[in-house]
Amino acid sequence: MTTAVETLAPARALPSARPGAIRRRTHPLWFLLPTYGLLLVFFFLPTVFNFVYAFTDWSGFKAEINPVGVENFTQLTSDGTLFRSLRITVVYAVLVAIFQNVFGFGLAVLLERDTTVNRIARTFFLVPVLMSALAVGYIFQALLQSSGLLADTTWTIVVVALIHAWKWMGLSMLIYLAGLKSIPLDVTEAAHIDGASRWRTFWRIRVPLLAPAVTFNVATALLGSMNGFDIVQATTGGGPARTTEILNIFIYRTFGQGLFAQATTMSLVLFLLVALMAFPVIYVLRKREEVL
Amino acid sequence: MSRRLQPVFALLLVAVVIGVPLWLVIATAGKSQGEAVDPDLTPPSEWHLLDNLRQVWTDADIPAALLGSMLIVAPTVAVVLLLGSMAAWVLARRGSRLTAVLYALGISGIILPPAVVTVVLLLRQLGLAGTAVGMIGVYVGIYLSTVIFFVTGFVRTIPESLEEAARIDGAGPFAVFRRVVLPLLRPVLATATILICLYVWNDVFYAFFVIGGRIDTLPLNLFQVASAGLYLNNWHLIFAYVILMSLPLIVVFAVAQRRIISGITSGAVK
Repeated sequence: MTTAVETLAPARALPSARPGAIRRRTHPLWFLLPTYGLLLVFFFLPTVFNFVYAFTDWSGFKAEINPVGVENFTQLTSDGTLFRSLRITVVYAVLVAIFQNVFGFGLAVLLERDTTVNRIARTFFLVPVLMSALAVGYIFQALLQSSGLLADTTWTIVVVALIHAWKWMGLSMLIYLAGLKSIPLDVTEAAHIDGASRWRTFWRIRVPLLAPAVTFNVATALLGSMNGFDIVQATTGGGPARTTEILNIFIYRTFGQGLFAQATTMSLVLFLLVALMAFPVIYVLRKREEVL
Repeated sequence: MSRRLQPVFALLLVAVVIGVPLWLVIATAGKSQGEAVDPDLTPPSEWHLLDNLRQVWTDADIPAALLGSMLIVAPTVAVVLLLGSMAAWVLARRGSRLTAVLYALGISGIILPPAVVTVVLLLRQLGLAGTAVGMIGVYVGIYLSTVIFFVTGFVRTIPESLEEAARIDGAGPFAVFRRVVLPLLRPVLATATILICLYVWNDVFYAFFVIGGRIDTLPLNLFQVASAGLYLNNWHLIFAYVILMSLPLIVVFAVAQRRIISGITSGAVK
């Protein structure tokens, strides 16, 4: 906690912008201290540790920890594990983003009108969102185990992504519904008066106006599923033949084996992957919003 | 789609897409062990639902796991909401470059994945490994970002004149925050409570690393029930457990459905 005080103390001495002295008294910066102290200890410091311990031989088999340079990275790249896990994670995330958004959008359009039937239907599609992802995984494992769909080295990743999308499609549906509701009626009416068909109005007027909802849904689905774990663990545990072993499954497995440095290295890789993908994904989607 | 067919199609979709998996849970949880070995959609020849629920309740020691879950969820939510909204209030009201940077750092956790492996090392150094306090700290570190994001946006919509009235009466910042700001934040805090409860109640990944094997929570316990040799493929018990574990959330949802829906969507569509 002392480190938190040290980082914030010089900041407090800085002359703050325009409202200056009054703000300093009415909205004091020490209100930030507990929050940023906790963030520092439990979020930022472990992240910094990631950059340190990925370059050590930290393991469960000996007490001391020594620096080893990039050995963990060379080992994980040379046996192909690193790129394999990266590829599986990205494929999984992209599939989830596609399925979840297609399903969520379809449901929102189908259930848009505020009828009793639609309200009941929406409630049911929200039940999976509330359930534990682990439980969802077990349900589909039981449902599919005799079909062989969870034992195929090529297609199982698609099936697991579909299950992930099934769990979260209700959330995407809600957000698309809110987006559809936020489009003013006169916009669509104007299109009708101009002679546009319903089909054309839908695709040319309403869908483009959903851009903010698309941004949010695609970004959260993509970045959320890169950090996924429960559903894959409960359905396949990373199998068959490690074809569904996304980064977090690898981290969990190697951590359990006491190979802490390898787990840390992959955790750093995940961090960099999400950080590097977050900026372009959000940038591209925002750009699209502006163009439309 | 025609107006006549739409309700039929909607209900059919619910029945197939949601109804089938949920029926599998209920039907399997109602079967005897022998019948549940190969789970399918046939109804149980004889319902054993209550017996199975009772059996997991005692065999898997659900009361202990429930206690563990509550011991972690309640303080996490309290700390995250109180400290997060204190910080968010100041961040929203002060327009300096420093607070802009702090805000960006504060919400970065919404996107960036937490460092699960090294946090364990850090907790060991702090003497908090495997403790409830350590677990609460980790969750607080992860979900403060969500609270800062929601509350800062909300505070900006509250006119500052409401605070000034109290300030003229001589109230200090803490009194202003507690008596004026905090009550106004009620709707957004209700939303954040629900979201964070949902995440923490269902989390198993972070719990594995921090408290796995030391403290039981419901998801950790479910994982053990499902993977332990003794229970392997005892689908009737696994699904009885799933029912017991999901009930609290479904009750909360039934009570606060409107709030949850408006909360989830409020941050998404500007």
